[in-house]
Amino acid sequence: MSQTESSPVVTDDESPGSITDEDTPWVVLVWNDPINLMSYVVHVLQKLFGYSSEKATQLMLDVHHKGRAVVSNGNREKAELDVFRLHEFGLWATMQKDV
Amino acid sequence: MEVKIGEEERQLIGDLIDQLRELLLATSPEGKLDPSLRRLYPTAYVDDVRHEQEYQRSARDQLLERRLSHLDVVEATLNDAELDSDSVTAWITTVNDLRLVLGTHLDVSEDDESKILDSGDPQEQQQAIYHYLSHLLGEFVEAAGR
Repeated sequence: MSQTESSPVVTDDESPGSITDEDTPWVVLVWNDPINLMSYVVHVLQKLFGYSSEKATQLMLDVHHKGRAVVSNGNREKAELDVFRLHEFGLWATMQKDV
Repeated sequence: MEVKIGEEERQLIGDLIDQLRELLLATSPEGKLDPSLRRLYPTAYVDDVRHEQEYQRSARDQLLERRLSHLDVVEATLNDAELDSDSVTAWITTVNDLRLVLGTHLDVSEDDESKILDSGDPQEQQQAIYHYLSHLLGEFVEAAGR
């Protein structure tokens, strides 16, 4: 493993070591794509996250009009599981640190 | 759920899932993806190479396994007039997978609804199948939401 790929070390923080990779909040994004049907995206968001029809529809509209929407968040492990479940349903989902 | 799909359409879906299975199995877990399968294995980590590699290593296998098992369910229930909820999920995801592969192959964009192909265009038939699958998926999603 090269130097640049080693674990992040927080040097400027008052208490180095207190922030670990697993504590960092992550967000899961769904991106607009020309293939997935709007009704399908709403269906998947309701099914996977238990969102109400209103909330799932609003998120779908955000994806459609703004190009993307944050659909869930959590630590890295949870975010990765959510991304995987969205990938199972063929949605274009990614995750990134919540900064 | 009660499904009313014509004999010809069921045969078409049967052919399509055979083709999809072949395409899925032709790709080794670490091998290069067929371009039309790109949308089935999206990138998870946009700015983290190390985690992305780890993700792809484990997710590619699991996604493949899940898709193949859904294909098996659709195949087994291809001529059924009644589907239980697990079968409905398998149908919905499979029909969507077919749309993702076909749509990627056809390079579908947002304004394709209005695109009119000359009759005789080799893509005309694939366009027609794509639109049929979109219609079918819409019906499934609507019925599942009731």
